[in-house]
Amino acid sequence: MHVDTGHNFEETMTFRDNLVKEHGAKLIVGSVQESIDQGKVQEETGFYASRNKLQTVTLLDTIEKHKIDCAIGGGRRDEEKARAKERVFSHRDEFGQWDPKNQRPELWNLYNGKKRPGEHFRAFPISNWTEMDVWQYILLENIPIPSIYFSHVREVFDRDGVIYANSSFMRLKPEEKPRQMRVRFRTIGDMSCTGAVDSPASTLEEIIEEVASSRVTERGTRMDDKRSEAAMEDRKKEGYF
Amino acid sequence: MKDNSTHGYLDMDLLRFTTAGSVDDGKSTLIGRLLYDSKAIFDDQMEAMEKASSKRGTGEVDLSLLTDGLRAEREQGITIDVAYRYFATPKRKFIIADTPGHIQYTRNMVTGASTANLAIILVDARKGILEQTCRHSFIASLLGIPHVVFCINKMDLVDYDEAVFTRIQKELEDFSSKLEVRDIRYIPISALKGDNVVDRSDRMSWYQGPTLMYLLENIHIAGDLNHIDRRFPVQYVVRPMTEEHHDFRGFAGRVQGGIFRKGDAVQVLPSGFQSTIKTISLGEREVEEAFAPQSVVMTLVDEIDISRGDMIVSPNNAPESSQDVDVMLCWFNERPLQPGGKYALKHTSRDCRVMVKEVKYKMDISTLHKAEGDQTIRMNDIGRVHLRTTVPLHFDKYQRNRYTGSIILIDEGTNETVAAGMIV
Ligand SMILES: Nc1nc2c(ncn2[C@@H]2O[C@H](COP(=O)(O)OP(=O)(O)O)[C@@H](O)[C@H]2O)c(=O)[nH]1
Repeated sequence: MHVDTGHNFEETMTFRDNLVKEHGAKLIVGSVQESIDQGKVQEETGFYASRNKLQTVTLLDTIEKHKIDCAIGGGRRDEEKARAKERVFSHRDEFGQWDPKNQRPELWNLYNGKKRPGEHFRAFPISNWTEMDVWQYILLENIPIPSIYFSHVREVFDRDGVIYANSSFMRLKPEEKPRQMRVRFRTIGDMSCTGAVDSPASTLEEIIEEVASSRVTERGTRMDDKRSEAAMEDRKKEGYF
Repeated sequence: MKDNSTHGYLDMDLLRFTTAGSVDDGKSTLIGRLLYDSKAIFDDQMEAMEKASSKRGTGEVDLSLLTDGLRAEREQGITIDVAYRYFATPKRKFIIADTPGHIQYTRNMVTGASTANLAIILVDARKGILEQTCRHSFIASLLGIPHVVFCINKMDLVDYDEAVFTRIQKELEDFSSKLEVRDIRYIPISALKGDNVVDRSDRMSWYQGPTLMYLLENIHIAGDLNHIDRRFPVQYVVRPMTEEHHDFRGFAGRVQGGIFRKGDAVQVLPSGFQSTIKTISLGEREVEEAFAPQSVVMTLVDEIDISRGDMIVSPNNAPESSQDVDVMLCWFNERPLQPGGKYALKHTSRDCRVMVKEVKYKMDISTLHKAEGDQTIRMNDIGRVHLRTTVPLHFDKYQRNRYTGSIILIDEGTNETVAAGMIV
């Protein structure tokens, strides 16, 4: 399942489509645009408009529509402090809500997968991996990844100390001047909330070296986390991944 | 493996530890110090910390803020729970299970302790052993944490006095003789000033032992897993039934004890059928042997009926099998344990139901006193309980194997995990 905000990087979509083809898998797409068209959510306005928050509604609708028991994701505890408290097997009620105060204790390798009809789980099998673990594993197993994780030249602009990719989805302020720059992405979300890093790393080995010597955290470029101290916890309670 | 950088990194072992202590013993400062002195703090974290410090007007950067998620969270009304933190040094990778240390959070401590190799228990040098110290030590022992390090903190406030340290160590030794911890260490530190945390203190030349970081990096943990009793709970039967793999039947699971080799004779429980290991594969690679905690797929020479929940073991070293088990039970739920009540139980890959036959005693975890006849087990209580299961469990005692000796109980009405148990 892919929740498509409609504001994705083109490279992410190409990668997705190739992956589906290669595995002969069935792809379910939940479209945020459709949720907007159906009046279920309202598009944010202004320079900081993002569909990041809207996608939760689309995600939950899609889970409900297809009666999905368990959505498996790549979230990790070292990414963000609300995620640090996330269970490996995380129960969601019929409204898709996460209740961090009332989570099932997880001990040893014993996961409680019991639920009522209409409820679902979010499972995070690589909860305990770090960013470095992920890169080392990709290198070891030769796992394909979207090209924008590697250094490339693209049109960007600066806002609040973050380098954004310029695109038709972004409304620029008058003083924001697009320029060409050699960048890569360390984490990939929607184009409206993902910042790039200035980087020459064009191979996995170079990325690993960069990660090892990096002085900022991985999600330091994610503006969606910075809306408030508890931005992630608040979104997660509503059902965000 | 094509690259050296991967080689070294993926071979590095992982140490999981918990930190415990009474409020204000210096837990947050200590973790901050470990991360700071091992250069595991990022610029944006440092910036956020500076921002928060200046807001409080404390002047210098307060290292406790880095990990004091929990206090900050209390103030801001964010959830308090076990939080996991990650860092690495060139020698080892570390996962810290950071749990709030109040009485009502026994549940969080027990959870964090269930997978830990090591527990750091802080003692304030001015105060010595407190009730909390006893409680935390007991939980570490009950949950089978193999290594416990008592850090006598705030040595700077007692003039780095050897006599103070020796007195507290003596008291701790007397107390911990009642516990079942294999390896106990004592280190005099100042988390605030950094003495004996990462860097050796030159203000306590009387102390000859290792610094805390040296211990964390070098303590021997390979022996923490059971490599003697062969235990392989089957999670899943792999039957592709394609043209190519028509007759393939593989058994997937995680090795929870011992070493399995190709050609070994094995026995399957509960059926008791015997066979020989034909192949073992780890991912897509065939391997000669598998050991805890590897996840592998095994095939056997004979076609025998095996399903999820069965256990593959060695024929001459089988686990105990019984429908009657005694457990030390930690209760997690607001609704107390119902004597005579029925619950769902999970043990390795096996699910069944249980009835609570008897509460043998309740443990006062501060004094280690056993209150016999007290049948009420409430949230955060620990007691010895006799359970009867609907099918036999194949288990080892928890102190012998944490993974074949542990269970959880689930309320069949609410599906909540209401208790964790260690088989005794
Ligand atoms: N003098 C001194 N103060 C310390 C030391 N370690 C912690 N503190 C102080 O003790 C107080 C409580 O520390 P904190 O780390 O927040 O304790 P926690 O509640 O266990 O996390 C803070 O004011 C610290 O600065 C130490 O080694 N020496």
